[in-house]
Amino acid sequence: MIQTTEQKNNWYQSNFEMFEKSLNGESNSSTHALRRNAIARFNEMGFPTTKNEEWRFTNIAPIAKTNFKPALSYAANQVALKDIEPFVFHGTHRLVFINGHFSKELSSVSILPKRTFVENLATALKNSPELVGKHLAKYSKYDENAFTALNAAFLKDGAFIYIPDSIVLEQPVHLLYVSAGSEDTVASHPRNLIITGKHSQLSLVESYVCLTEDSYLTNVVTEIVLGEHSVVEHDKLQIESEKAYHVGTIHVYQQGKSNYTSNSISFGGSIARNTITAVLDAEGSECTLNGLSLATHQQLVDNHTTIDHAKPHCNSHELYKSILDGKSKGVFNGKIFVRKDAQKTDAKQTNKTLLLSDEATIDTKPQLEIFADDVKCTHGATVGQLDAEQIFYLRSRGIALTTAKDILTFAFAGDVVARVHIEPLKEQLEALIHARLGEGRQSRDTQ
Amino acid sequence: MLEIKNLHAGVNGNEILNGVNLTVKTGEVHAIMGPNGSGKSTLAQVLAGREAYNVTEGQVLYEGKDLLEMAPEDRAREGLFLAFQYPVEIPGVSNMYFLKAALNSIRKYRGQEEMDAVDFLAFNKQRMKFLEMDQSLLNRPVNEGFSGGEKKRNEIFQMAVLQPKLAILDETDSGLDIDALRIVADGVNKLRSKENAVIVVTHYQRLLNYIIPDFVHVLVDGRIVKSGGKELALELEEKGYDWTKGENEKAVVSA
Ligand SMILES: Nc1ncnc2c1ncn2[C@@H]1O[C@H](COP(=O)(O)OP(=O)(O)O)[C@@H](O)[C@H]1O
Ligand SMILES: [Mg+2]
Repeated sequence: MIQTTEQKNNWYQSNFEMFEKSLNGESNSSTHALRRNAIARFNEMGFPTTKNEEWRFTNIAPIAKTNFKPALSYAANQVALKDIEPFVFHGTHRLVFINGHFSKELSSVSILPKRTFVENLATALKNSPELVGKHLAKYSKYDENAFTALNAAFLKDGAFIYIPDSIVLEQPVHLLYVSAGSEDTVASHPRNLIITGKHSQLSLVESYVCLTEDSYLTNVVTEIVLGEHSVVEHDKLQIESEKAYHVGTIHVYQQGKSNYTSNSISFGGSIARNTITAVLDAEGSECTLNGLSLATHQQLVDNHTTIDHAKPHCNSHELYKSILDGKSKGVFNGKIFVRKDAQKTDAKQTNKTLLLSDEATIDTKPQLEIFADDVKCTHGATVGQLDAEQIFYLRSRGIALTTAKDILTFAFAGDVVARVHIEPLKEQLEALIHARLGEGRQSRDTQ
Repeated sequence: MLEIKNLHAGVNGNEILNGVNLTVKTGEVHAIMGPNGSGKSTLAQVLAGREAYNVTEGQVLYEGKDLLEMAPEDRAREGLFLAFQYPVEIPGVSNMYFLKAALNSIRKYRGQEEMDAVDFLAFNKQRMKFLEMDQSLLNRPVNEGFSGGEKKRNEIFQMAVLQPKLAILDETDSGLDIDALRIVADGVNKLRSKENAVIVVTHYQRLLNYIIPDFVHVLVDGRIVKSGGKELALELEEKGYDWTKGENEKAVVSA
């Protein structure tokens, strides 16, 4: 057991050494000190097992067992715009990453307001080291989480967004991560840093998609810092290959009276783990976390959320829904901390699961830890199946059984989808949901 | 059009229908009356194909076909319609979307062209007028938050859109005030023709002042104990259902 862990660490350690060499002259920078500390910490920790409370229901042994190679830098001619066209939204600033590598050719950023940055992180590290250094890795703790440590160790590129004070960015920013297939089983560790100034506004879309049904690991860390009175709407769409692994970790740090909304839509992979942590560190902030997972076959989709009410007079709303078909498994863990100072907190958490097959399962765990006394915190979790009476009502009007089930399942997903404000993204989601419902049906029919 | 022969049905081994016999011909209106819990809704639901009820004995022929063999959606496509006593609420599904899906699946089954959104809207408008229904109900989720009366009116509206051959109205009058009752009854009457038939389930005589039945049947303890013309309804109103109890005992004895 220990032997294998050490071997594993050796694998990443030797990968790290190769990675270090490829960085050449950069190895004296503060970023590199971060990488070194992170790999050292990863070597100490190793991958988590189900004995770790945070990973109790999500066995990542298949990830730990695989020797993922670093994704080779992407050749510009490997993927053409037409290949990614189905995932592109027009009227957005777009940064495209292929197997974790930034593609200038496929990206498209229109004219930005003064002092606004929408660029890849490697460029920002070079051109704005102070601005980046002030925030990078300050919110996501690599000493507690092996995947974050691995991401920090191999930190090289990702997206960097900076919105100065009082700027309202009209067009959404779309970060498109494409897995384009590779001969090897590869890992990518994108790192995103998003900073919004006071009274600024940003609409952000992250999507993780694949062009081939390969096995690979996407291990992304996104840090978002909201300035006072700023508003960020963040949609994440994740639809990886059913052989792939997705570990996505988002850290949100909210300053006074800021407003953050996340709509996280997950179609999973083989294993998908979405972690989102929001710290409300100043009065009058508001945080909304919505999530929708759709899994089928043998997929596992895990959503871990933490809302940390550190200061008084903050509101949080959380709505997470799962639709599980086939032999899929869902995990939901929703932590809400209300610190001693955080009086007048208003926090509401709802978690609803729809099981479409007898073999699908969900482990759901709300976790409220309240240290203040004058607060309003509610949570509710339901797990159920489609309602027989509703199905009958639709059928009695001539609607086929399968269509009736789809209509009701779609309606279940509807209130989360409705929260996405970017129209083409919403349309894409609706099409993907319909396709996923069809897949689930097929897998049941052929059983 | 409909021939029910010795129908027995129940839930979890509890028999609710104990041998119902009923024949309905095109152009006829039949009323089924009876006290609460006598099995009226069970009969209606069994005819519509509700799987929660097990048919243990008997046969139902609908236009010569074995109705009980058909899936609920095929019964609807073949022209059977049930206006529910308690229509279920379906949050997240708009009434409009639902009705369009229903109408088009029926049209498709009948080899007719599907209706597009524009035609559907125009068609609806005309049907709504006819029932004096509020347009806004169409954009709301199916039955969600509807008052009792609105739900009943929505059922008849669906009937007006789907134009069934055999409509079964299960206590459509309950929850309606006198004006609403008249509108709904007018709607039903306008939909009547020589080609279709209606079964009106009710336990008050009130509705039958507006929808005049050709036959009245009394269902007690899962069995039709008395049948007659429209005057039977008045008689029941006067004497109450207790009056039929003796009839039931007679029926049991003779069985
Ligand atoms: N789904 C069911 N499960 C158990 N009992 C039922 C069910 N449906 C009806 N019943 C019972 O069958 C009897 C007849 O009910 P119902 O058909 O609703 O009567 P009615 O419509 O004439 O008032 C009642 O005693 C009722 O409690
Ligand atoms: Mg009834």
